[in-house]
Amino acid sequence: MAKDWTKPSALAIPEGGFFGGQGEQGRYGPIFPRTPACYGFTIIAKVKDGCVDAVRGYNKTIEKAVADMPDALAVLKLHYLRWVLFDIGADTYFMYQGIFDTDFDKYTEDAVALFSLTGITTVFVNLEGFPEDWRTNTPAFIKFVRDHHRPSFLEYGEYPYATADEIKKALKLKAAFGEMLDHMQ
Amino acid sequence: MLELDDIQHILVTRTPALTGRYEFLTFGNPAGGRAWLAGLRDKLKSAAEANLSVASDARWVTVAFTWNGLRALGVDEASLATFPEEFRQGMVARAEMLGDSGQNHPDNWVGGLARPDLHAIVILFSRNQETRDRSTAEHDRLVARCEGVESLSFLDLQAAPPFDHAHDHFGYRDRLSQPVIEGSGDVPTPGSGAPLKAGEFILGYQDESGFEPPQPQPLILSRNGSFMAYRRLEEHVGRFREFLRQQGSTPEEQELVAAKLMGRWRSGAPLVLAPTKDDPVLGADNQRNNDFNYKQMDPHGYAVPLGSHMRRMNPRDTGSNMNRRRMIRRGATYGPALPEGAPDDGAERGIAAFVVCASLIRQFEFAQNVWVNDKNFHELANERDPIIGNQDGTLEFKIPKRPVRRKITGLPAFTTVKGGAYFFLPGIKAVRYLAELGSERTTP
Repeated sequence: MAKDWTKPSALAIPEGGFFGGQGEQGRYGPIFPRTPACYGFTIIAKVKDGCVDAVRGYNKTIEKAVADMPDALAVLKLHYLRWVLFDIGADTYFMYQGIFDTDFDKYTEDAVALFSLTGITTVFVNLEGFPEDWRTNTPAFIKFVRDHHRPSFLEYGEYPYATADEIKKALKLKAAFGEMLDHMQ
Repeated sequence: MLELDDIQHILVTRTPALTGRYEFLTFGNPAGGRAWLAGLRDKLKSAAEANLSVASDARWVTVAFTWNGLRALGVDEASLATFPEEFRQGMVARAEMLGDSGQNHPDNWVGGLARPDLHAIVILFSRNQETRDRSTAEHDRLVARCEGVESLSFLDLQAAPPFDHAHDHFGYRDRLSQPVIEGSGDVPTPGSGAPLKAGEFILGYQDESGFEPPQPQPLILSRNGSFMAYRRLEEHVGRFREFLRQQGSTPEEQELVAAKLMGRWRSGAPLVLAPTKDDPVLGADNQRNNDFNYKQMDPHGYAVPLGSHMRRMNPRDTGSNMNRRRMIRRGATYGPALPEGAPDDGAERGIAAFVVCASLIRQFEFAQNVWVNDKNFHELANERDPIIGNQDGTLEFKIPKRPVRRKITGLPAFTTVKGGAYFFLPGIKAVRYLAELGSERTTP
């Protein structure tokens, strides 16, 4: 698999999300593959009746958490996070889509701990099927995430496989060069 | 309040053993296994007892079981199903995720450790050879008396000279950074962090999440128990010394390379505090030799490379959620010491150690999967732990240095996994419960 960031790349992903039937084994099960669009999760779950406003209201919680502490979500190695609410018939569904640089399996307990700290978990408790004992039962939390993940069947990267850290380093270098050139004037 | 009188001593008490033996056993029938355990029961010491008598004791006995071993003793299926998934599967089934491939694959393990009928281990730590001989002879007689109980293999332990401090066959000083359990009475050395909640290491207590996690059932079986990951790691001393000779033209340069691989000089002096020159006095001083951090004192790894063994196994303030990743290490070296300057004699020598923790998947397996064998740990790309990682000669080790870093390519494997297993370490009352399974007295 080419890892050349200069060459845009698309990848067709088999049904089920794994190549060769099953991915490499992680601690909590098979690991979903890294694609030109990095690792990611698209969790889709039904919102409990009467809880839509509670879910929607947490956008402000996360906004404030990150504003107060910009590295609040650093452990997730995220590029982007997208939260979407949508209706199917009379029901409302929540979609949590995260694009990140490490397979979820590796830092999964750290993510769960962070979800608890920042309030993301509190969004999850408004979803049907979320384990009531999530505070003490990390495997059940992870099973919920895996059960509700809908793997992509196509992913594309304009600058494939570049990590957020690499991109930030490149931007820092660009800024440093810019500053250096200013000093040269 | 820690129930030290119900906790096997190995969890809490540091013993001055210089030798010993690990016996790996299988039970042909439950009654035989229980008779064996009943015969050992009075030899086990709780942490409370061992703490009082450690100065005068000459041997320390510990017993633990695989999941198959618990079944072989007669633990019922409903109870067995309450144990964590990774323990039920066992270390062999988790090999791919642990990085045990190639030379480290369970197909190459010795001593029957990869066999599904590995049921139990008894650890006979001894102060000296004479005590070890007496203990093993006594244990042999017990096994002979218990129908169906057989020894699959044993491993004799042997400290390597000099005996005034713990170290491995490569010469690195050991036992410098151990977590302290809250309520144990131990005081952390400077830099080792505050004592951690008992539930991180002992079942039945609140852990660092602030909650008491659910435990295997019945509680009499799990309370005051723990889990142990056993690893038998052969150390290729000849290969290691040859590597150092190739990498450094003077003894000083070679010592620096050895220190960069570990993160400490072989004396124990941490590179953060002694970056250019060894300081053996610092290395031996436990009030100073662990008192450092990375984020402020060495953020780029100019002293301790980001991929060094010590920085991987305990990233300190550069890791997340660190209080939930700590582990207690116990164990010893085995095999004859290879004298300095002597050619490799082909004998197997190494470390046979236990990682003790409340959650194998969150603590031991995380360390093995991410810290040891993730090639992209700290964005390093193409590196694994230089001492205990799965090395196949294709990976590298980068040493940050101004103005240009040094990159060692084709790093050889200095260690090979020769065996391993997951054990449940029961509390003292649980040992009695297991020994009496099937009798009327087992009702909790």
